Amino acid sequence: MTGGGRLRVGLAQMDVSLGDRERNLARHREWVDRATQAGLELLVFPELSLTGYFLKDLVPDMAITLEAAELRELEALSRDCDLVVGAVLEESDRRYFNASLYLSGGELVHVHRKVYLPTYGMFDEHRYLAAGDRIRSFPTRYGRAGILICEDIWHLSTAYVLSLEGVDLIICPSASPGRGVTTDERLGTAESYGLVCRTYGQFLTTFFLYCNRVGYEDGANFWGGSMVIGPNGDVLAQAEDADEALATATLDLGEIRRERLANPLLRDERLEVTITELRRVWHERTRRPY
Amino acid sequence: MSEPAARTDPPFAPLAINVPLVRKILVRFIQNEVRKVGFERVVLGLSGGVDSSLAARLAAEALGPAAVKAFLLPYRGSDPRSRADAMAVVEQLGISCQEIDISPQIDSYFARFPEADQRRRGNKMARERMTILYDQSWAWRALVLGTSNKTELLLGYGTIYGDMASAINPLGDLYKTQVWELAEGLGVPTQIVQKAPTADLWAGQSDETELGFQYRVVDRLLYYLIDRRYRVAELEAEGFDRRFVEQVVRTVRDNQYKRRLPVIAKLSSRTIDREFRYPRDWGH
Repeated sequence: MTGGGRLRVGLAQMDVSLGDRERNLARHREWVDRATQAGLELLVFPELSLTGYFLKDLVPDMAITLEAAELRELEALSRDCDLVVGAVLEESDRRYFNASLYLSGGELVHVHRKVYLPTYGMFDEHRYLAAGDRIRSFPTRYGRAGILICEDIWHLSTAYVLSLEGVDLIICPSASPGRGVTTDERLGTAESYGLVCRTYGQFLTTFFLYCNRVGYEDGANFWGGSMVIGPNGDVLAQAEDADEALATATLDLGEIRRERLANPLLRDERLEVTITELRRVWHERTRRPY
Repeated sequence: MSEPAARTDPPFAPLAINVPLVRKILVRFIQNEVRKVGFERVVLGLSGGVDSSLAARLAAEALGPAAVKAFLLPYRGSDPRSRADAMAVVEQLGISCQEIDISPQIDSYFARFPEADQRRRGNKMARERMTILYDQSWAWRALVLGTSNKTELLLGYGTIYGDMASAINPLGDLYKTQVWELAEGLGVPTQIVQKAPTADLWAGQSDETELGFQYRVVDRLLYYLIDRRYRVAELEAEGFDRRFVEQVVRTVRDNQYKRRLPVIAKLSSRTIDREFRYPRDWGH
C-alpha cells in the first residue's frame, strides 16, 4: 500500500466539556469544518473527545452504541476527511469501553478499544471501564494504520504488534493530564511523551500521530503538545502546550520506504525469536510452584 | 526559632519551579474553574501574608482586577503591619477591597466563654472569616478563592471549615517554599515574601515557632515522604533525624480528617463519595 503520495493530516488539540456530549459533538462539527477548509485528509481528535476524560460514574450516561445517532452524524462528517473520534462505547453485553473510532468516506472503518486502562495514581479507569483485548491494524486509503489510546503506548508490546502488522501510521489519541513541575520549561509529562513518541517513530520506522487535548477537569490540566513524528523520529509538527490548536503536517508517504531501506529494522525483526522467548517466559511464570 | 527563615536558602533543587510555567497553569486554572461553572469573580481573605497575596496576584491576572475583591478581616489583636502589607497588595494589583473588623462578633461570643484559650479563639476567628467570605461571595456572585498551601494542608496547620474552606484553591499543590519562589518571581512585594510567616492569630505569633520547625526543612522532608514515598530508613539516610520524621509522619496522619469530607455512616448500596462518584466539573 505504501507506494508514496502525500497525506495532509491534522491533530485537533481541543478542549472538551466533561459530561456534555451534545456540546462536544457540536465542537467536532466545527473542527471538521476547519479541517476541510484546510484541505486535510485525516483529522485526529483526542481520547474521549465526545465526553471528557474523568467521567467516573458518568461513564454509562455518556456511552454510545455503534447504532447511535451521533455515530451516523460522525460518519456523515467523514465523507471528505477521515476522522478519529474518542467515545465511550457500550456493547450489547453492557460492557463500556474507552474507544477510538476510525471513520472514512461516510463509514465506520475500525474501532480500537483501549487495552491498558490506567488505574493508579490519579487514574481510575478500570473501576468504570472494560479493557479491550485486541491490537489490530486496518487498511485506509493511504496505507495501513493502527490506533493506540494514551496509556496503550506506555506498553511497548502494543506498538510492536502494530509494527509487525506493517503499519505506516500509528495514531495515538490521548487525554494526558500534565504533572511534574520542575525548573524545565515543560511539564514532566510533556517531556516523557515527547521521548516516547519520537522513539516509536524511529524504532518502528513509522509515522506517529499523537493528539492530546487541552483544558481542565477538576483542577487537572491537559497539556496539549500534540505532535506528528516522521519514520526517522523527526518532529514534523508540534502544537504549543496548553492552547487549543490545529496542528497540521503533510506526510510524504514515500519516506517510509526510504527510511526502511536505510534502516531495515522491520525487515530484520526476528518475530520467531520473540515468540519463542515470550513462550518460554510465559511457561516459566506459569510453572512456578507458588 | 530565632533566625528569620522566610526564604529557601540554599534552594532545594527538587522543589525549584519554572515560574512562567506554573504561573500559566495556575492563571488558566482560575479562569477555567471559575468561568466554566458560570462565575466571573472571586473573593478572598487577604491577610498580608504571602499565600493570600500570591493568590490575589494570580486571580487578578486571571480574571482582571475588577473581578477580584479582597477582604481584610482583622481582629483587634492583629498586627498593624499585616494591614499595611495587605493594602500594598491591593494597591499594586488594583483590586477592590473591604475591611471588616471581626472584633465585635468575636468578643461578643467569647464574653460568654472567657476561659477560651488562644487556639480556640484563633479557630473561631478563622471560621468567622470564612462565614464572611461565603456571605460576601453570595452577595457579589463570586467564588471563594482558597489560599492554603500543600505544607499547611499536609500538616493540618489550618482551621477545618475556616481558612481551609474554599471553592477553588490554586496553591494547594505548592509547598510553602514554592509559594515563596512563585511569589518572588511574580513580584509580590518583597517585604511580604521575606517576612516570617504568621497566622496572626495573636500578637507575635510565628508559624515556625508554633510548628517547631522551619518550612524550608519540613518541605524537604515532605517532598521525600509524600512525593517520593521514601521510607523512614531512607529518610534517615538522607540526613533527617528519626524523631523529626516520626513527628511529621504522625502530624500528617493525625490531620487526615481535615482533608476529607465528614465520614458518612454507610447504609445504602450507593453512598455519596463511596459508590456515588462524580467529578466536581460534572457537565462543564
